[in-house]
Amino acid sequence: MSDWPMKDKVAIVGIGETEYTKWGQIKRSEFQLGCEAILKAVEDAGLSVKDIDGFASYSGDRNEPVMIATALGMPQLRFSNMFWGGGGGGGSGAVHNAAMAIYSGTANYVVAFRALAQGQFQRFGGPITDLVGAGNRIGGSMAYSLPYGLISAPQMFAMQTRRHMHLYGTTSRQLGAVAVASRKHAQRNPRAVMYGRPITIDDHQNSRMVADPLRLFDCCLESDGAAAVVLTSAERARNLKQRPVYIMAASQGSGPRQELFAFNKPNFDTANFEEVAKDLYERAGVTPKDIDVAQIYEDFTGMVIMSIENHGFCKRGEGGPFVEGGRIEWPDGELPINTSGGNLAEAYIHGFELITEAVRQMRGTSTCQVKDAEICLVASGPGVAPVSDMIVRR
Amino acid sequence: MSFLPAGLPLPQPTVDDAPFWEAARRHELVVQRCTECGTFRHSPMPCCYNCQSFDHEWVKIKGNGIIFSYINVVHPVHPALKDRVPFNVVLVELPEAGNVRMVGNVLDTPFEELYVGMPVEVTFEDIDAETTLPQWKRAS
Repeated sequence: MSDWPMKDKVAIVGIGETEYTKWGQIKRSEFQLGCEAILKAVEDAGLSVKDIDGFASYSGDRNEPVMIATALGMPQLRFSNMFWGGGGGGGSGAVHNAAMAIYSGTANYVVAFRALAQGQFQRFGGPITDLVGAGNRIGGSMAYSLPYGLISAPQMFAMQTRRHMHLYGTTSRQLGAVAVASRKHAQRNPRAVMYGRPITIDDHQNSRMVADPLRLFDCCLESDGAAAVVLTSAERARNLKQRPVYIMAASQGSGPRQELFAFNKPNFDTANFEEVAKDLYERAGVTPKDIDVAQIYEDFTGMVIMSIENHGFCKRGEGGPFVEGGRIEWPDGELPINTSGGNLAEAYIHGFELITEAVRQMRGTSTCQVKDAEICLVASGPGVAPVSDMIVRR
Repeated sequence: MSFLPAGLPLPQPTVDDAPFWEAARRHELVVQRCTECGTFRHSPMPCCYNCQSFDHEWVKIKGNGIIFSYINVVHPVHPALKDRVPFNVVLVELPEAGNVRMVGNVLDTPFEELYVGMPVEVTFEDIDAETTLPQWKRAS
């Protein structure tokens, strides 16, 4: 039983997305993409943009709420919020923060969104040099890794994946099973960047090495696009156009000492969801067995395996065997994950496309619709800190 | 000649960690330790995560470590690495200092011969007039 006061009190009532492409292909500005996705979500909800009074985003989204409110002609902004931290750790967190604004009476209709044109700004697969200063010098914890050539996200998570392989015998083919599942699901989704381009385990094994043990097909895409959802109270949601999708529970945060760059976190072979997942299930009043479908952020395949363990779908160390044999594939797997293709095959909109997919699953409109799905889990940003989670229900 | 080519970002010592980099210039490996409770910590922080004391010292250690994890960088993600891949990056655990871990490169051993648990010892690379990096080689 849950005593979380916000359980089922806020609902997602609209979703909107631009087209998704490989990075660098969309010529409209990132700011315009954000505005387009927001307007589509508002329209999907059957609302006017004049009803919207709040925004929430994450990962330092460049598109400030006050600029969006100006561009779209919103009469009043009541809530504008940024979830701290990098990576995709704040996807569910932005939705959670928007829900808190509504539940508290701070705002009535809040949009959570992510706009990301990697072609116009920084490619996330590139060197992490934003904080490098004068004379090509870097201070703080990054000074202990960047000078050694450990300077990009795939390298950082390759280090964790190797440790998992060493401790538990996880194999590259098991990593490949995660990539194959996402690609398989993308073949039914015309929005997906990898639509029409399925892969096999052998294709994964033959893809070029990026940072051993991670190959190209272990890595998320780099994309252009934007996605948004509209939230309001469960009460208001009942009178709107779409079937409401309720926020059953949400949680966010981090375990101890999760600094990224010096690699001294105590649980090196996990995705940093232990504490956040515990909160999530307690708040929702459900267990992993109750989850019908899950959207599990894929920055890198190894981190998906660790996320699956952290969320209790199997024991720690058993995630490699768990993802084999079609268990995570639609339609017959016991836990279909990333049913739109996710970050690996639909598009990398920092995992926000996983949130719109969770809503589709609960509406019954996914291109890989899980039959009679009632509860969907979303895990955002494995391995970074803070991370966030949510469970939605129809 | 250094293990990696010039052009990668180099350390900028800060108020919180200058003693670490000054020691490296002298070819000494130091680790920050709380003088209140004795807990080692890395990367350097102004405060002890165990007892919240701000009092600390910099303890010189021998630099005997074991490989905790390792990767082989194949894609030359930074322009400086264009002609220098593949190369190894390792995470070294230091039992001498509360098992803190440090990132580095094993200078004398190819990736294929590395393994988790492999003993390594510290060595030092003088990069330029201001910067020395603690590095690693196969234990003798």
